[in-house]
Formats: sequence, C-alpha cells, structure tokens
Amino acid sequence: MSLFAAATVVSSVAACGGGDDDSGGGGGGGGANEASDIGITEDSIKLGAHYPLTGVAAPGYSEIPLGVDAYFDYVNENGGVYDRQIDYIYRDDAYNPTNTSQVVNQLVLEDEVFAIVGGLGTPTHSAVLDFLNSEGVPDLFVSSGSLLWGDDPETNPYTFGWQTDYMSEGKIIGQYIAEEFPDAKVGLFLQDDDFGEDGEAGVREYIDDQIVAAVRYTPGNTNVGPQIAELQASGADFVVGFNVPSYTALSQLTALQLGYDPQWFYSNVGSDTELVGRLLANFSQGAVGDASVLDGMLTTDYLPTVDAPDDPWVQKFQEIWESNGDGSDLTNYKLYGMSMAYTTIQALQAAGQNPTRDDLVEAIETVGAEWEGPLLAPFRYSEDSHMGTGGMSISRLVGTTAEEVRPVMITDIGDAEIEEWDGEETAPPENGIPDEPAFNE
Amino acid sequence: MTDSQTPSGAGAATDEAPVTATAAANAPSAQATGGRSFLPKSTLLRHLLVLVVCAVGAVILLESTSPFRNSQFATLSYYAIAAGGLTLLTGLNGQISLGHGALMAVGAYTTALMLDVERGEDPLPLPLILLLAALAATVVGAIVGVAAARLHGPYLAGATLALAVGLPGLAIYFHDTFGGEQGMTVRAPRAPEWFTSFIDTVSGNPASGTKWLAYVGVVCLLITYFFLANLVRSRIGRTWRAVRDQDVAAELAGINLGTWRVLAFTVSACAAGLAGGVLAIVVRLAAPSGFTLVLSLSLLTAIVLGGLGSLLGALLGSALLVFLPPFVTDLGTEWGLNSTEAAQLAPFVYGVVLVAAMLFAPAGFVGTIRMRWLTMRAKRAMAASAGSTSRG
Repeated sequence: MSLFAAATVVSSVAACGGGDDDSGGGGGGGGANEASDIGITEDSIKLGAHYPLTGVAAPGYSEIPLGVDAYFDYVNENGGVYDRQIDYIYRDDAYNPTNTSQVVNQLVLEDEVFAIVGGLGTPTHSAVLDFLNSEGVPDLFVSSGSLLWGDDPETNPYTFGWQTDYMSEGKIIGQYIAEEFPDAKVGLFLQDDDFGEDGEAGVREYIDDQIVAAVRYTPGNTNVGPQIAELQASGADFVVGFNVPSYTALSQLTALQLGYDPQWFYSNVGSDTELVGRLLANFSQGAVGDASVLDGMLTTDYLPTVDAPDDPWVQKFQEIWESNGDGSDLTNYKLYGMSMAYTTIQALQAAGQNPTRDDLVEAIETVGAEWEGPLLAPFRYSEDSHMGTGGMSISRLVGTTAEEVRPVMITDIGDAEIEEWDGEETAPPENGIPDEPAFNE
Repeated sequence: MTDSQTPSGAGAATDEAPVTATAAANAPSAQATGGRSFLPKSTLLRHLLVLVVCAVGAVILLESTSPFRNSQFATLSYYAIAAGGLTLLTGLNGQISLGHGALMAVGAYTTALMLDVERGEDPLPLPLILLLAALAATVVGAIVGVAAARLHGPYLAGATLALAVGLPGLAIYFHDTFGGEQGMTVRAPRAPEWFTSFIDTVSGNPASGTKWLAYVGVVCLLITYFFLANLVRSRIGRTWRAVRDQDVAAELAGINLGTWRVLAFTVSACAAGLAGGVLAIVVRLAAPSGFTLVLSLSLLTAIVLGGLGSLLGALLGSALLVFLPPFVTDLGTEWGLNSTEAAQLAPFVYGVVLVAAMLFAPAGFVGTIRMRWLTMRAKRAMAASAGSTSRG
C-alpha cells in the first residue's frame, strides 16, 4: 500500500512536468499518507476562510473566494497535494467582527479545518487573531495589509500576512513622489483607521515637508465634500489616497463637482478600475459612465492585474479560470484569490507529506522567503517576521491599460531602506501548479 | 388591528392593537391560573425553583454538545440577555428602542477597557467587570431614558436610532482610547482552576476556553432572566403594563408616567450593558462595525418573532438569530449551491420567516401559543358551564 501511494505521488509529480523532478514535492519522503493532524486525512486536507459574501463589503471582495476555489479545484483535478484533495470551506461574516468570531468558531470547532487561509479584513480578522493563535490553528495569508499579522510573531506565532503592508506601500509611494514630483504640494486622503494611519506614516518618512494637508474620512459616511474641499483649499496639486474602492469613486465624483483636478495617486486597495468604474456609474446614476475619469491616475501593484493581459501569470490564471471558474469574467479580485491559493499550495507542499499544524508554520518560516510565484517581489517570512511581500511597482493608468512607471521596489516596515528589486521576473510552471520540496528533507 | 391604522385618538389605538401584539406579555400569575399548579405560591420561590431547574438543564445541555455548539450558546446568551431587556421595554412598557446595539457597545467597550491591562497585571475579577459594564450602560440608558420618556412612537424610534448610529462613531472619534475602526482586542479571561475541576467532576470533558465563555454567558443569562422575571411579576411590572395599555387611566390612578418610563429604559439598558460585556469577551473584540444598526434591528426582530413582552419569547427569538443562518447556509450547500449563494440564502430565509410570522402569528411564537391555549380553555369553560346549566 505504501509503495503504491509513493508511486502515485511520484507519477503525479512527473505528470506535472514543471520544475526539476528530483526535488519534486514529496518525491523524497516515500511513506504512506497519514492523518497527521486535525483536518488532514489520508486523502484530504480541509482549509477554511471567512469573507464578506453579503452586505456592504461584498462587491468585489466576495469574488476572491471564487478565485481560490477555482484554483484549488484545478489542483485537485491534477492530483491534489501529496495525493490529498483540498476541501475548501468559506463562510460569510458580512464584514462584521461579531459574525467573524462565530463563523471561525464553526470552521475550527465544527468543520475542524487544518488551517485558516486568506481571512479577509482588519477589524474582522482581529476578532479571531487571539482565538486562532491560542488554539494553535495556522492562520495563513490574511487578506489585509495591516501590520498586525506579521510584525509580532512572538505573540501571534500562527498568523502570516501575505500582501504588501500599508506602511511599506506608503514608503514606496513617498519616495517616488520625492524623486519624481519634488515640487508637488501633496494632500493625503485617508481612511480613518490603521489603513490610513500606516500609509500616512510611510509616506511621511519621505515627503513630510511636501504635505500640505491630510484629511480623513470615516467609512460609512458617504459625504466626502468637506474633505475634498479642504484639499482643494490647501492648494494640493497631488493627492494620495489610502482608501477603499467606493471612496475612490466618491472622491472622484466630489472632485468633479468642485472642479478640482489634481494628480491622483490611489494606493493598491482603492485602485481596482473595473469596480471603481461600476461604482462611479452607480453613484452618479449613469452621469459618469465608466472609469475614464481615472485616466492618468497613478497606483501601486504587488500582483499582475487583468489590465496586463500579456503577463504570463495572468494568462495562466485566465486559462485555469476558464476551465474551473463559474464562467464569469476574470477580475483582479479573482486573480488575487488564485494567487493566494498558489502560495497556499506552495506552503502545503513545503510542509511535507504528513505535516502537523506546527510543521506548516515552520515550513513557511524556513523556506517561504524563497518561493517564486505571481507576486512581483518575494515574501519576508522568517522566524522574526511573518510579513508578506514587501515589494511594489508603480503604474499609471492610460486609457484602460496600466503602464509601469517605476519598477518593483522592495522595503520593510520601520526605517528600512527602499531598494530596487533585482530578481528576475518569474514565469508560471507549465501546468500552473507549484512544485516545492518539503522543507525538512 | 385596523384600529391602529386610523388615528382615532390614543385610547382607541391602544385598545386593541397591543392586546394582540403583546399577548405574550400578559402572563397571568400562578394564583390567577387556578389551583392545578404544583409550583410554590410565592413568586420568588417559584422563580428560584425554575432557576435551579434551568441551571441544571444548562449544564446538561452544555456538557452533551460539541465545542462549536457551546460557542453558539455563548453567542445565544448575549443576544438573549439584550433581547430580554428590550422585550421588557417594548412589550411591557410600550416604548420602542432602535438603540440597544449602542447600549451594548457601551457595555462592550467598558469591558474591553477594564480587561485592557498591562501584561502580568491582573485585571479586576470578571463578575465585577461585567457588573461595571452593566452599570455604565445603565447610566447612559438613564440619560437616554429621560429624553425617551417625553417621546412617543416614531419620534422615540428616531431618537434611539440616532443613538445607534451616533454612539459607535464616538469610538472612531476618540480612536486613541477606543482603538478607532479597528476596535479594541479583548484578551478573554482564562478559565479559573475551580472551573476546570468542576467540569472534570461533572462530565470529564476538557474545560476549554470556549466552554468557559459559554458558562459565563449562560450564568449571566440565567441571573438576568431571574431578575427580569421577578420584576415582570411584581408591582413594577404591573405598573409598566398599565402605562403601556392605558396611559390616561394610569395617570389618573396616580402613576407618574415619565418616572416609570425612565425606569423601564434604565432596567433595559442595564441588561443591554451586561449583554455587551458578555459579547466583548465572547467575540474577543469591541469594534464599531460590531455594533451597527443591524444589531439593534435584529434584537427587535428577535423579540417580535418570539413574542413581545415574553422572556421565553426573547430567548426563542435569539435562538433563531443564532441557529437559523448557519442551518440555512449548510442546507443551501447540501442542495448544491456554492458558498456565496448559500450565504446569501440565510438573510433571505430570515426575512421570509419574519414576514410569515407577521402574517400568520403576529403575536410571535409564545404569544400565539398562549392565545390558542387561552381560547381553548375559555371554550372548554364555556362548554362546561353550558353543560352544567343544561343539566341544572
């Protein structure tokens, strides 16, 4: 039986064809699959997540798990991870932390998942941070750029970030403005929570003297007239926004009404042109038909987007989405989900054939920084940091396509330097499935 | 019911409508139901007996269910505590409040602040913290109650609505103290040793943190309901009912309407504060996004579904809030819907249940059953008396 299992692992790895074969996932271990920890059986791994599938935060964000699901589905069709099929359960928290704690209780206590993967939102996920870490449940790749997930692995040893944190993003934006727009008078448009706060702290490290105004909005309050008017009155001709997509649309509409036309720079979170275009049409009741007002806008990227259809990763994910998705168009949110699922597969492969929950955490700490994937820059995972990727490029929206105006820069939180990322662009494996060796072999 | 839609004076409007809507609230006391009861005659003794039975039942329930069910019971307990207070206010005293979510926020933030101590230091004992949470909400409730006592119907709804919308905003405004949008993480107190040994003696189950929180919630729930039930059956409860049903008559009888309305609001706020405290330790977070208008409205739907004015109704309504959405979601997944569609099914089904209840059981579960039972008894009594007269 054990021989047979090992043989199928090897043959499925061989069938994958990607990467070098002798370091293939699980090729070295040999033994049979065992139910090595909660949520793992001989032939399945159970993973869970919480997303806003209903309510105000659902547009956009509810598409992420569709991407994750499609990618896992594809991996399952191609033999799964160490011959285990991935059983992915995601539940709705409506972006309400009270609900998050209930559904995560359900995922951990009733569904008995092996790990939580990609739980979305800063206030929502904060509610379960302590619970997951005290129960010893790996809490991978939180979908939020808060510093909470990665800067204190001693307190939260099971939690890992994934996307670029808001402070590093702010620093990269700040340095770009200092070098390319040294005479600009900069206004900041910030969400009034740690998202805006971390971003502001990062930007101020480089252009504190250029900033003429910083205004804040409270999520839920849809009138941003006073804030935009204040920016206009301060004479700011360059506005950096750390805001969510709906406030990109609101700030654009308000600026149109006030006849205010600065250079806009929206951070990654608020820059999804497709969603902003839809929101603009909706909020203006058709008066603004699409995202054309965003023409010339600057933004940051840590992932290839659907605006770059020639990117090999986008093409690969497009292919997978067409075969395993629900037939709708591929969006940046689905792309985000698929990329995050890709990293998850890397982590599961690296954890070894019969991993415990602690093995998974140790694997990410030990080899996670070396993984190549769709992200533009590598992760910062180590024993001392659980921060995700620290790199971003900057691009300008011209028409409907994004043009890169600054290559990928990498940095870290605090006063770490910003450097240009000198690594090579990665290409996806031929079959779109990673092939990581186990970390302890 | 049509009376309530025609503005034919306050007296006419209250003549019939509340009688149906609050049928659940008008529980006759044991003395009035006649001699067939085996329960003690004294209200206090009777309630103590019920309390003990419920406590034993709760231990059996918590020990025979899975850890996940335990966590659901913890959730149920804070909804039910708040709903119990609200049903007393709305069902018994006739005041509406759309602001109970905000009062829960007061309790939750008080608890979060009290538990937010330096590592190594010991916070105050948990019962004291929860008591302080209830007290803080009581103070806020008394202030709001003074304003609320002067308002009626839609105006009162509007004023309390403002509370629900406005109060969580304070947490964002003073974000250095209250943690802003992100909220305050609550380090849930660990189970004490006597609890571990108690669970070990009773069932031998592992005494996890989840179980401890469920017990804290259930104990708070039982204590709250014990106090509320005694209040309902006392002179205070009867006065509240008098204020609700016939304010003119009540005033003529020497009842100061304002004072009694403020009192009802204060008691109700106290329960909401305790519920908020329990919520904070169960959810381990106090954040503005947890206390949206949706919370206040779900409490209101819970007491309406269960039966206005009835504590049992409030409990049943809260149970529906907690157990129905996951049940519907799982059912949806079984029917082959994907997780997103299944999740969207849950609020839809809850809405349908609410509409159906309003159409077919406007007095709520408890009210409808009680009315059926009363009607049946009246019919039997009439038949019996008719029989005896015909024989005689």
